[in-house]
Amino acid sequence: MKTVLTLVVLAAILAGLVALPHVAPYYYIFLGTEILVLGLFAASFNLVFGYTGMLSFGHAAFYGVGAYATALVLLHWQWPLLACLAVSMGAGAVLALVIGFLSVRLDEVYFAMLTLAFGMMVFAVAHQWRSLTNGSDGIAGFLTTPLLPGVDWILDDPAVYYYVVLGLVLLASAVLYLICRSSFGLVLRAIRQNPERVAFCGINVKAYRLAAFTVAGAFAGLAGGLMAPFLRVASPDMLHWSMSAEPVLMTILGGAGYFLGPFFGAAVFVLLESWITDFTDAWMLVLGILLALMVMFFRRGVLGTMLDRIRGIDTAGRP
Amino acid sequence: MTGFFTALLNSLDIGLLLFVIAVGLNIVFGVLNVINFAHGALYMLGAYLGFSVMAMLGWPFWAALVVAPIGVALLAVLIDRLVLRFIYGREVTDSLLLTFALLLILNESVRLIWGSGIHVVEPPALLDGTLELPGGVRYPIYGLFVIAVGGVLVAGLWALFNRTRAGRIMRAASLDPEMAQVLGINTRAVVTGVFAFGAWLAAVGGVVAAPMRAIDPGMGDKIIIESFIVVVIGGLGSFPGALVGALILGLIHGLGGRYLPDVNLILPYIGMAIVLMVRPHGLMGRPGAS
Repeated sequence: MKTVLTLVVLAAILAGLVALPHVAPYYYIFLGTEILVLGLFAASFNLVFGYTGMLSFGHAAFYGVGAYATALVLLHWQWPLLACLAVSMGAGAVLALVIGFLSVRLDEVYFAMLTLAFGMMVFAVAHQWRSLTNGSDGIAGFLTTPLLPGVDWILDDPAVYYYVVLGLVLLASAVLYLICRSSFGLVLRAIRQNPERVAFCGINVKAYRLAAFTVAGAFAGLAGGLMAPFLRVASPDMLHWSMSAEPVLMTILGGAGYFLGPFFGAAVFVLLESWITDFTDAWMLVLGILLALMVMFFRRGVLGTMLDRIRGIDTAGRP
Repeated sequence: MTGFFTALLNSLDIGLLLFVIAVGLNIVFGVLNVINFAHGALYMLGAYLGFSVMAMLGWPFWAALVVAPIGVALLAVLIDRLVLRFIYGREVTDSLLLTFALLLILNESVRLIWGSGIHVVEPPALLDGTLELPGGVRYPIYGLFVIAVGGVLVAGLWALFNRTRAGRIMRAASLDPEMAQVLGINTRAVVTGVFAFGAWLAAVGGVVAAPMRAIDPGMGDKIIIESFIVVVIGGLGSFPGALVGALILGLIHGLGGRYLPDVNLILPYIGMAIVLMVRPHGLMGRPGAS
């Protein structure tokens, strides 16, 4: 009965997403695109955080590098967008492999510090390497290309770009979901709960952590690649640690224990941001206070707490 | 040759200031088992409070050096009692998340109160100007003052931990909090005290750094990343590690800035990466110590 209910709710959300450009005001197409891309970004973060139990404060490095990759390829070679996005995924994965190789060796405290530090290294490099990245101004002025050669959709039309993002995010999420449900994902969850025991079973914990981190980097790179043509710029802000704070808050908001938690959190986050920035530009302050309150009192997240109530789980437990 | 000597003094300047920040991070981690991501923000707050004490109240630098760190320490007591107390006894993840949230809150509050611009603090008249050292090297007196403050703090902290009852209580609480409590130590008060002491150290570093570097809202981010590199190089939780790590990073900055300006920016990270690959627990750290 409950699985039927879940399917109905999911189908309704999907129908709403497909219908959005036809029923909602123009402004909401932009918000919808942002929610989908940032949701994918947060979901990739949650593969590392919620599933593998490693808290990364440098996830924006892969998102930002993905954005720069697509922006640079569009600027210099005008490849079709799908090829650009593939480059973004590759760039995110390679960077995550390097940073992960150095960061997964020790415990969680080290991991949090190292991901933040290496993330800021990437930020500093993007800031200083002017000949490649154009410094603090970032890469702008590139033209959008067709999705694939011969496909004549006008990607500059926000509604068309929204559908492209919707399709690609759904596809990527499905792949991510299958990864989480696979035996690989099962090992990751076991590592989160008890790394020592998993190691005693003869499984190389570090290799699994590194693999999860690399996959997450690839999907974060894809999210960044989708964001660059939408914003029409790739800037160092997208690499800064405050950008890394966003998927953290989205995941905590939605709930790290559920696959859709980060997407739900991204929706709450983006809507809240667009509403609050009407009153004040101290959005980061609100973000910090919200994160503190969630950690102190609602550790299971909004979606998680709701679902737990429905299922009758004791909400005092850990995710 | 005099250029090399100046670069060495610069390295010592940067290194000892970094030690003051990183050792606070270490002390708090030792007792609370929390890496305080907001430690750099407390350093920045010290600098800004010092600036306001001087610019708005018109008090001298020395008064700011006393008053601003006490203000930051009091704020830390409030943070501990109102916010951090919720996560003691929970998983490490929660403490990381909560201090990260504090970092966002403090950073943005500083920006709201003091603006995004750069503020400048003049060194006190006594320490203004340069001094000719034996060997014909001219060096700012204030830089020598920073080295002296760093030296005093290194010696003072060493004595605190090894020669006083308060230091032994802190070490006992970090080794085995339950046993310490059984022996009649109020570990709850020790935790609050240590957090406030770490904040005080960070703020002292902030006030001392203010006349040497410009005060801007990004200064906390810079110092916390550097402090992380220091504790990773030296070994998390190790007092000599913090000193060695800070001096190495100081040398990387001081000599790298002079001889390898193009790659100066990523040299600290390369140093950190080498240490991680050769000695993952840091030069002075022991496996299992963290």
